[in-house]
Amino acid sequence: MKLEGQVRIPSGCAITAVISREGKRMTGERIAQAMKPMHDRSNGLGGGFAGYGIYPEYKDFYALHMFFNERATRKDCEVFLKERFEIVKSEIIPTRKIPEITDEPVIWRYFVAPLKSVLASLQLDEKEFVARTVMKINTEFPGAYVFSSGKNMGTFKAVGYPEDVGVFYRLEEYEGYSWTAHGRYPTNTPGWWGGAHPFTLLDYSIVHNGEISSYDANRRFIEMFGYKCSLQTDTEVITYIMDYLVRIQGLTLGEAASVIAAPFWSTIADKTDLEDKQKHIYLRTLFPSLLVTGPFSIVFGFNGGLMALNDRLKLRSMVVGEKDDKVFISSEESAIRAMEPDAENIWAPAGGEPVIIRVKDGAF
Amino acid sequence: MVSIDIKDLEHRELNQRLRAADSDCILTGCRGQRFIAAGMGSHSITIHGVPGNALGAYLNGASIIVCANAQDAVGDTMNEGKIIIHGNIGDAAGYAMRGGKIFIKGNAGYRAGIHMKAYKDKSPVMVIGGVAGSFLGEYQAGGSIIVLGLDAKERRIVGNFPCTGMHGGKMYLRGDCKNIKFPRQVTTRHADGKDLDEIRAHVEEYCSLFGRDPEEIMRSSFTVVSPDSKNPYKQMYVAN
Repeated sequence: MKLEGQVRIPSGCAITAVISREGKRMTGERIAQAMKPMHDRSNGLGGGFAGYGIYPEYKDFYALHMFFNERATRKDCEVFLKERFEIVKSEIIPTRKIPEITDEPVIWRYFVAPLKSVLASLQLDEKEFVARTVMKINTEFPGAYVFSSGKNMGTFKAVGYPEDVGVFYRLEEYEGYSWTAHGRYPTNTPGWWGGAHPFTLLDYSIVHNGEISSYDANRRFIEMFGYKCSLQTDTEVITYIMDYLVRIQGLTLGEAASVIAAPFWSTIADKTDLEDKQKHIYLRTLFPSLLVTGPFSIVFGFNGGLMALNDRLKLRSMVVGEKDDKVFISSEESAIRAMEPDAENIWAPAGGEPVIIRVKDGAF
Repeated sequence: MVSIDIKDLEHRELNQRLRAADSDCILTGCRGQRFIAAGMGSHSITIHGVPGNALGAYLNGASIIVCANAQDAVGDTMNEGKIIIHGNIGDAAGYAMRGGKIFIKGNAGYRAGIHMKAYKDKSPVMVIGGVAGSFLGEYQAGGSIIVLGLDAKERRIVGNFPCTGMHGGKMYLRGDCKNIKFPRQVTTRHADGKDLDEIRAHVEEYCSLFGRDPEEIMRSSFTVVSPDSKNPYKQMYVAN
């Protein structure tokens, strides 16, 4: 079988997200059901979810979710992990056997803390160390793939339709204050478990509907900073761009959005707020290679919040709605109504206009 | 009048039921099914709930009434008939329509009226009661787009880059549009009495559908946008 990265097939997709501003936790079942009205946006070659706040009992440990193609690979990889981390818990991720999901790899999770001695000798901060370890495993261990590596969050993904993937991973057993979901219609790659969305690094996750035309330009730039785009999928590169801009460069989410969905120069020239104008000129000048062109709508998840963003031309649909403490984001209003029939204030953000929702202080 | 609960129907079966009914229908429990009433030539279909993309695609004479918001590509390539949306509409409304009418009570998303065209005796009309997103009338080749900007507050009546590639038809925007930037190949001017006569019947129909006062709206000034010539791009490819 050809895997991600070995072949490129010249997407439609479905994305949905929900967050409680109060930090109230909800199971993953509802968002999985909400993917049903958008069934036709996927083709069964990938579905996935990210849940935030789902591991409160292990909130101080990095939760590594991993695929292994066989048991022996896991054993080898575990030896490597033990050289770098204290593993406080290691277990199979519980799944449900259903006819809709087949050929599953070995799916495992580890709750880990980086060994202080290793951090000291490498002179790295914890997050950078974890990120580099993830890159190393994903590029140097054939048959092993880390698909989630944040604290108190986790992604769950598979080849299949998203509503079935939710059943497979028993998402009704997890409770999070925010969830993102994705149904995949792969256009450039063959569709493998690792290639399903969300794509993650540390607690950052991306679900994406679209097809970015700047992939190679973005990839060449971001790989200069140690990121390795191993899967040829555009979503992976957006995840690394966000990590680079937000974690490494320290940009705000709004600034990062202005880099990847930068307004046209003509739009910047027409801006009347001079400070805003200067800022946009600065960001476009400093990070020209991180402008993401072509159609995309994404939801970027992180500990404590979500950001939704469309490409500057808005070549993909996205709507936002709310009800009480909850905010909903989706490719289609029908999915929002499936989660909350009485959702209010349904609106469509403009292209390049980020929608940032955070859980109130201290609630996650 | 037949009522069908479509909650658990997917689009193929839904449309089969709709055609088999062969009468006016009320659809309840709609949640995102695509292609509803595609190609239908007669009868009136009232939809409760949010219909999916490509509602009324290739519509050929039937009427569709949506009692909620609608999603993307409503009336894609429609030929004849009427679509009435009691809410907002998503992106690419009236995509390549060449006949019939679409009335939207509220706002339209991006690219409303993209590649709308006219053909022989057919000339499509879209009336947007609220404001429109960017790229309104992109590649418009014919027909009329009317934007009323009702309840717009401080929002601009249309977003960025309206009329990009417009080479036919007319656009009528309420107000003077001083804050809107149009491309070079179109001309804007204040609507005169003749222009207003062209849209009066459509505005009156909008008002009777959604309970507004047509006189008040027609007293406003309108801006008319039309392409500079019949074929503004003829030098771009080959002389013809």
